[in-house]
Amino acid sequence: MTTLNVNGKGVSVDADADTPLLWVLRDHLNMTGTKYGCGMALCGACTVHVNGQPARSCSTPLSAAVGKRITTIEGVGQTKEGKALQSAWVENDVPQCGYCQSGQIMSAAALLVKIKRPTDAEIDGAMSGNVCRCGTYNRIRVAIRTAGRNVK
Amino acid sequence: MNAFEIVNLSRRDFLKAGAGLTLGIAVPDALAQMAGPGQGGGSASAAGTFEPNAFVRIGTDNTVTVIVKHLEMGQGTFTGLPTLVAEELDADWSQIRAEGAPADASRYNNLFMGAVQGTGGSTAMANSYEQMRKAGAAARAMLVAAAAERWKVAPDSITVTRGAVMHPPSNRRASFGQLAASAAKMPVPQEVKLKDPKDFALIGRRTPRTDTRAKSNGTATYTQDVKLPGMLTALVAHPPRFGGKPKSFDAEKAKAVKGVVDVVAIPQGVAVLANDFWSAKKGRDALAVEWDESGAFKLGSAEIMAEYRALAATPGLPARKEGDPAGALARAAKTLEAAYEFPYLAHACMEPMNCVVKLSADACEIWNGEQFQSIDQPEVAAVLGMKPEQVKLNMLYAGGSFGRRANPHADYVVEAVQIAKAHAEKGGGRVPVKLVWTREDDMRAGSYRPMYYHALKAGLDAQGNIIAWQHRIVGQSILGGTVFEGMMVKDGIDATSVEGAANLPYAVPNLGVDLHSPRMGVPVQWWRSVGSTHTAFSTETFLDELALAAGKDPYQVRRALLAKSPRHKTVLEMAATESDWTTPLVSARVGERRGRGIAVHESFNTVVAQVAEVTVRRDGSWRVDRVMCAVDCGVAVNPDVIRAQMESGIVYGLTAAMYGAITLKDGVVEQSNFHDYMPLRMNEMPRIGVYIARSNEKPTGVGEPATPVIAPAVANALFAATGKPIRSLPIRLQA
Repeated sequence: MTTLNVNGKGVSVDADADTPLLWVLRDHLNMTGTKYGCGMALCGACTVHVNGQPARSCSTPLSAAVGKRITTIEGVGQTKEGKALQSAWVENDVPQCGYCQSGQIMSAAALLVKIKRPTDAEIDGAMSGNVCRCGTYNRIRVAIRTAGRNVK
Repeated sequence: MNAFEIVNLSRRDFLKAGAGLTLGIAVPDALAQMAGPGQGGGSASAAGTFEPNAFVRIGTDNTVTVIVKHLEMGQGTFTGLPTLVAEELDADWSQIRAEGAPADASRYNNLFMGAVQGTGGSTAMANSYEQMRKAGAAARAMLVAAAAERWKVAPDSITVTRGAVMHPPSNRRASFGQLAASAAKMPVPQEVKLKDPKDFALIGRRTPRTDTRAKSNGTATYTQDVKLPGMLTALVAHPPRFGGKPKSFDAEKAKAVKGVVDVVAIPQGVAVLANDFWSAKKGRDALAVEWDESGAFKLGSAEIMAEYRALAATPGLPARKEGDPAGALARAAKTLEAAYEFPYLAHACMEPMNCVVKLSADACEIWNGEQFQSIDQPEVAAVLGMKPEQVKLNMLYAGGSFGRRANPHADYVVEAVQIAKAHAEKGGGRVPVKLVWTREDDMRAGSYRPMYYHALKAGLDAQGNIIAWQHRIVGQSILGGTVFEGMMVKDGIDATSVEGAANLPYAVPNLGVDLHSPRMGVPVQWWRSVGSTHTAFSTETFLDELALAAGKDPYQVRRALLAKSPRHKTVLEMAATESDWTTPLVSARVGERRGRGIAVHESFNTVVAQVAEVTVRRDGSWRVDRVMCAVDCGVAVNPDVIRAQMESGIVYGLTAAMYGAITLKDGVVEQSNFHDYMPLRMNEMPRIGVYIARSNEKPTGVGEPATPVIAPAVANALFAATGKPIRSLPIRLQA
């Protein structure tokens, strides 16, 4: 058994050390908000925070997550940035199919923690690893700005 | 137990009961509430629930649940269709819920597809516009009748506003929930009067999407998220070439992987079943399969295109003929020719294909981003030797589709069923199975937008007027070999191969369009906007070449040729005006070239015009700076959803224009994931402005029609900037 810290709680999982964190979350902990999109850290749908840094959970082995603080879409609403982003997502009706949006919000939350009022270039830098095939990028940009203004 | 199991345990058969009033059965209210959007139709109803028809359910808790017959794959149908009901019901938007319909074509057929239940062709809003409004109006009439009886007043003295039923003279009021049980006993009205559009309170305004909250906090349920007790996850080793089959396999190493439960052969591959995804993945990696490639397709893209080029030298089957194109070409003052090449394209939905199957002795239950019930249900039944009605389909949110999930052969759904069946027959028991395609499986599975070759010739008279237009198209038929062949292939012409070309809107007196439909062993399928993905490109870029040859402005050429097409002309003028068409573009840096391009195209009865502005840098790289998009889609039911779909179509089409190509070498697909089948990303996004034409006509679709317009608009902008025409996709600027 391996112990992990997910969204502030200690949890035990019985999985091989090479199992990607994505599948630990989804299949072992039944936390399905974090999505599988590519398995190669190319699309960002699986983005979580590891010690506050955005990480592609599909390419993060369980062994590398032990002893770290892991935050997922299920827990990010407990942070002021995450909460502001989720409200801004609703206000701007950002999602279409929605499948990439957990990862988008996780990348955006990590950005806002670092930079309260990001420039376009900073948003591009933080968000270009997250693919959205529905093309919600411009709304994501607007919603990040909205949230940035609302984070106290 | 998760929400899924609860809902499914309490599922009942009222939706099989035929249209008309059905009374609820007693299960706790909380269960009914769990049947949120995407959890499948026909879920639990509480006592006193009011169900006036197949589309509306009003609970004593005052919620109005709208049963949506179309798949929510991002396009907004779980918002748009409920808006229609809410409008005529005079409901408050906050009390509206959306729920996916079960498979039952007798009630939930697409009215534009005869008896077929399915989502596609940008028809959801268009075919539902009156049906859903009538459903809402009937419910309203019964609520009013119940209030009139309760208060002993005349029905016409009762008003309904934002969910409140009122009798103003006596100052009495009731909510829908308070009236639900009595309304259920009222006669269902035979005829209902729909609102005058001037009285619309919701249609024409932005109503927030019903699915945004769940899609912003990770709680929205997709097929990938379904977990049933005892469920196994299956990955399949598919043959490296289309048409290959497993000859033999060694499962020993796969079975040695911890968590792997079984390895089974299915007709088109070998499946590894495990307790979880990662075990299944490791099991599949350890599997050794020998393939029978005697029937495999072994050509590469280059050979296929060479065949198409050769075919284009000979006339195809006629798709349209006006006047005498050959004669007019012969007497033209000037003639132009151009040939266009288009690659295979994958849909590459964010959620790769997947499907959950649960077998029992006399039934099969499926969870899926269910887009094509009338195909999937009989195809699954055939595999199992069941009747179609024994197959229950739960429609979940789909993580994108762009056409992919409406596979005319039910490919991945059938695959999931074959695995569950094979496992059960080997003695593994009837355990639920979730088939997951990895991104690589999804990319290489075929069902692509076909490759095409177009050859165009046109003749200009001495004044530069187009007097002849000859358009030849070569490419695989999408409908050939499907159950739709008889319906939609007439005289050898697959309508989806020539749409957008055979109905060229321009007033050209001598016009010919013909088609070759060679057969290739690569599975093909409709891809967002189908035939228009290629016909809009060749027709709209060739027109710019003709305009240049005639010394005319591309916008003015179109305006003149569209004098008798008012919808085209209107959106064209809107896009040109919004982009300040006549104002020259200024380069920001020395050596950069800028260009503006325009294109207009009708698909699915919606007309879209776009102006794209590009910058070509000194090193030859380029970007799209801005897109102005105008659309005429009839009544704009939800302007914000329309804007979102225009933005979405532009990004999808621009991605294909910039990067999209699935290529084959010796029959093997060369791409596998997002590094070699690249999506457009945030840093490449143009600014987009969307302008919606005012219209009182019935609404037409918006999911697809923005897609085909962007590639020609961008290509024309690059042509304007560089002087070099773009004749193949994806766009590669010549040095």
